[in-house]
This record gives sequence, C-alpha cells and structure tokens, in this order.
Amino acid sequence: MAHLLEARDLVRTYQVRRGLLGKPTPVRAVDGVSLTVRPGETLGIVGESGSGKSTLGRMLLGIDAPQGGDVVFEGQAMPEFGTPQWRALRARMQLVYQDPLAALDRRLTIAQQIGEPLDIHKVIPKEHRAARVAELMAAVGLRPDQGGRYPHELSGGQRQRAVIARALASRPKLLVCDEPVSALDVSIQAQVVNMLRDLQDMNNIAMVFISHDLKVVRNIADRVAVMYLGRIVEEASSDVIFKTPLHPYTKALVSSVPVPGKMLEGRVILQGEPPNPANRPSGCAFHPRCSLANDLCRSRVPALLVAGEGRTAACHMVEAPADAVAA
Amino acid sequence: MTSNLVELRDLKVSFDGVQVLHGIDLDVKRGEAIGLVGESGCGKSVTWLAALGLLPGKARISGSVQIDGRELVGQPRSAFEAVRGGRIAMIFQDPSSSLNPVLRIGRQITEALALHRNLKGEAARTEALRLMDMVGIPDARRRFDLFPHEFSGGQCQRLMIAMALAGDPDLLVADEPTTALDATIQAQILDLLIALRRETGMATVFISHDLGAVSQVCERVLVMYAGRVVEQGEIGALFDAPRHPYTRGLFDAIPRLDGERRRLIPIHGTVPDPRRLPEGCAFAPRCSSAIDACRHLRPDLTDMADGRRLACLRPVGEARPAAAPAVLEGAL
Repeated sequence: MAHLLEARDLVRTYQVRRGLLGKPTPVRAVDGVSLTVRPGETLGIVGESGSGKSTLGRMLLGIDAPQGGDVVFEGQAMPEFGTPQWRALRARMQLVYQDPLAALDRRLTIAQQIGEPLDIHKVIPKEHRAARVAELMAAVGLRPDQGGRYPHELSGGQRQRAVIARALASRPKLLVCDEPVSALDVSIQAQVVNMLRDLQDMNNIAMVFISHDLKVVRNIADRVAVMYLGRIVEEASSDVIFKTPLHPYTKALVSSVPVPGKMLEGRVILQGEPPNPANRPSGCAFHPRCSLANDLCRSRVPALLVAGEGRTAACHMVEAPADAVAA
Repeated sequence: MTSNLVELRDLKVSFDGVQVLHGIDLDVKRGEAIGLVGESGCGKSVTWLAALGLLPGKARISGSVQIDGRELVGQPRSAFEAVRGGRIAMIFQDPSSSLNPVLRIGRQITEALALHRNLKGEAARTEALRLMDMVGIPDARRRFDLFPHEFSGGQCQRLMIAMALAGDPDLLVADEPTTALDATIQAQILDLLIALRRETGMATVFISHDLGAVSQVCERVLVMYAGRVVEQGEIGALFDAPRHPYTRGLFDAIPRLDGERRRLIPIHGTVPDPRRLPEGCAFAPRCSSAIDACRHLRPDLTDMADGRRLACLRPVGEARPAAAPAVLEGAL
C-alpha cells in the first residue's frame, strides 16, 4: 500500500550554549531518521528523554523544519512552516500532546474550542457547526452539558478527550500523539487509549504515537521504533519487538518495566544514564551503557540494517539473517 | 504495641470543610516496606503530609498520629520538627523542585547533616561524600560543589535520597519517587531503594500509582480510594487474588508487556468529587458488581480469614468475611 507519510534521513540540530557566555555547540537532536506510516496504521515511537522523539514528531508535521532530509505527506513534499499551503495541510494532520490544560485556551468553552478548527479550515458550513461539535463530543465520550464548561472545570481525562475531539474536527488522516496519556491515571489512561483506537478504526486515521511508556505503546501500536540519542536503533512489529528484542537497549527497556507481582530480583538493570546529546559518544551512542560493547562499537556507528522479516536493528552485535544479504 | 514505629488511627483531614481523608488506620513496623496505591486524589499523599504536619494551615486534621508511642496531632510545630528529617524523612516526585537551585549540592547535604546530626566542617563533608557514594553518584568528590541543574533528573532524585538519609531516619516516605523519571532510571532508583533498606534497615513507605513499581519494593500494600483504605494485605496474596473490585480494576487497567495484545480494560467513570461523595460505597458508581446495598451502605474495612482487610460488600472471588460486618447484617 502507498505510504501516507514518509520521512527520509531527517536531521535537526539545535544550538546549545553552556553557561551564559559559553560558545554555542550544535546538538543533533534527531540524527538521520527515516520512517514510513501507512494509512490507518499506528507507528509507536519509544525512547527516553533526550532521545529526540518529540522533535521528530514536530518535524513530521512540518512544525520544525528539518535541516537535512525531507518529509513527504500524501505524496507531496511538506510545505514550509507557516505558508498557506502548510496551513491548508494542517487540516489533514493534527497533533495531540501531553498536557491538555496547556493545549486548551482557558477563556473559551470546550465546545467553542472543539469548533474552532471547523471555522479555520472551513470544513463545513456554519449552520452545521453545532451539530458537528455535538457529534465530536459524543465520539470522545463527553456529555453535551460539558460543552459549556471551561477547561479548568474538567478533569484531566476529560480535557484530553476535548483535545482529541478538537484534533479530529477537521477529519485528519494523520494524528501525531506525543505522550497523550502520560499525565492520566491508569484507569483513565485505559479509557483514552481504547477511545483512540476506536476512533482510529472508524475513521481510518494513521497515528504516530510517541511515548516513554512501553506498555501503552505495545497495546496501541502496530509497529514500534525505538530511539536512542536521535537515532532509531530498532524497529519491528509491536508483537515481535517486545517479545524478542534484538538491540541491547531495547532489551534493557523491556526488562526495566516493572511487572505487578514480580520482585525486582534477577532483572537486567541498565547502569548509567543516557548521554548528553551535546557530547555524543563515538561509535554506537549506546556503547558506554552496553555490556556487549567492543572496540568496533566504540569506533563505528552501526547502520540500521534488516535483522529479520519486517524488522531492523542498528547494532554490531546483532547478526544479520542469512537471507537478508541477498535481499 | 511497642513494635510499631508509626501508628495512624482514624486520621481525618479536611480542607475548607471538604473532607478528603475519612479515617485512616495504618501501622508501620520497624524495617518494613509498605506501599500506598491509588489514583490522583485518593489521599495517599495527604495521609503522610498530614502525619508529618506538612499540610497548609487551613487543613483540619483529627485522629491520632503516634511515632514510637508519642502523639503528634495537636502538638506544637516543634514536636513535628523533632520527627521530620530525623525520624521520618520524605522524598517527592519532582526532585529538581525540592532542591535549592542556587545552593551547591554539597552545602545542601551538609546543611541537613548539621541540622539532624550536628555534624560540622570536615566531618560533615566526609559524611556527605559517603552518602553521595551510597546513593550512587559517580565521582562524588569532584561533584560536591556543583549546582542541582548540573545533575540529571535521576541523579537529583539520588541526591534527594542522600539528603533524606542524612538524618539517619527510621522511616523513609517516598512519594512517587520514580514517576518523573525515564524507564531505565526508574528501575535504578527502585533498585537503590531496595538496597538502602537492606543496608540500613529503615522502614519504607512507597506511595505510587504504579502497581508494578510498588510490587518491586513493598511487602504489604494498602489500596486507597476516595480518602479511604479499601483493601490491604500482603503483596503476594493481594496481587494474586485482588478482592476489592477497585483493586481488581486497577490491575486490569494496566496494559501488559507480555501475553496477548488485547483491548485495555478501563474502570468506567471517574473518581468522585470529594465535595459530593456517593452515599454508600464511594466506588459503587464505577463498580460492575455493585448491588443496591452498595449504594446506601458504606462497608467498613474488615479483617478477612486470609489476613487481609477489605471494605466491600461484593468482593471478587468467594472469600467471606471472618465475621459478618455489622453493616451487612443491617442490609439483609
């Protein structure tokens, strides 16, 4: 099937100053990331803080311009940020992020905010607006009377529902969700995740689901990409990647998830912390924390290679399958 | 009686006339590790903030808080100050906002040592370095004079733990200590808490919404809902066979990393507003096994035959109360 979204070799560098008078040093937040998303598919992106996953999400929507590589959406190159072409495209791709209170305008009622994209993108005639807002609110499980409320009068879960309703107003084909349920309680988190899946199925929306929570990602994503320090280190279907992780970093991530009822004894606990992106280790960025690292890992960056059917990994220690060489 | 380090009895808290804690009974024995779980607003943090006198002045607290048999509720500030930091230390979710951003780390730790153990000068510095080592700050000597922003989030939490240990406390209350941290760092901090307890023998109260994290660290768990304990028991039994529908619901709602990928099982509805609590069991409106009695009668926390305590008229599974609770008799 044709790709809805394709990103090739995306690079984004920030200038970071150490101290007030320090010399600015470039930090490669995203360092050569390629990915594809098919219509209706969910791609999960996991990684720790500083892995570049949020920057990547913003580039996929054209909010941050990549300094290298390009983004293709529905076969067209991503227009420049802020241009009329880009604004027009925003109706087809929307962003939902972690803090709904920051995403909502405190002075507007919920119904006004959910209706705003309808006016901006002129998707439907004014007289149908109220009906569409009511329909959207019902779809995300908000009561009609909550439309007249202000954001601070709703709970965190209800606010996130409102943000999602607003994102869906313009009938997008792509939703980039950046930690959309991280601030919610478990019981509410499950409600919102289920709702996202249902809405996605009903409207054939593709999703890029960015999260540090492996458990949530596994249950919502079809495919998962694991990021470490600006690069994808492993990608596979979500059934496969958590069952048989190949990259040592993915393995450590999987084993760091506490399982209710199981004691900590015997788990692999990764030592050290993610390195400072401004001071990227030579070779494989993961080598200082990796128990398998050898001289090759310290000197050469491993490429993201096919490591089995439908999966890739960037690790010198992962054997390429025999049939992959011919492919 | 004397073996309990902390005893809370019928602890109640209200803010501006709205009651948020409805009578908590809790014992902490020396050296034991207890978990408090529940969702936002269930009162798990307020319980300990109240016990340590850390709530704002407008909070009204009643009931009893005893540390080693000494009553604290109603006592002057100095009574609490003798306990805080020295006997009981508390760490919070966001370490960077608990540290003073304009003071060097070494100074902050030595300050705690001066306050609680009267250590000064070189002795304090040596002890501070030992604590930094103990909580796993690499190269402590060189980093003694750095500011909090020069440490990562995980290291700031380690430093908070070092400061908490400065008073050589009998009990460490850790309020969501890993929630703001990355997965691999979370695992490290949990590991550290376990190791410290093993080495120092201090008791731990671990407050968290994460049942997974709690089961790594604790021996006994209290599940709280809307300001009350609804189920408590030894961790293995409670996790193998949760009896309260809320406990069960919390387990079911957690997405799993193994097994079949399936639709998540949420708990319907939301936590009740403390100003408008339901008349009967506070969980009844969200409970799929609620019967009429649940909506009118509030079940008391009752001792069960298997050693756990449970506040439910319609428990999951077939366990019967050791003695029929009074409220049940009234219902039938």
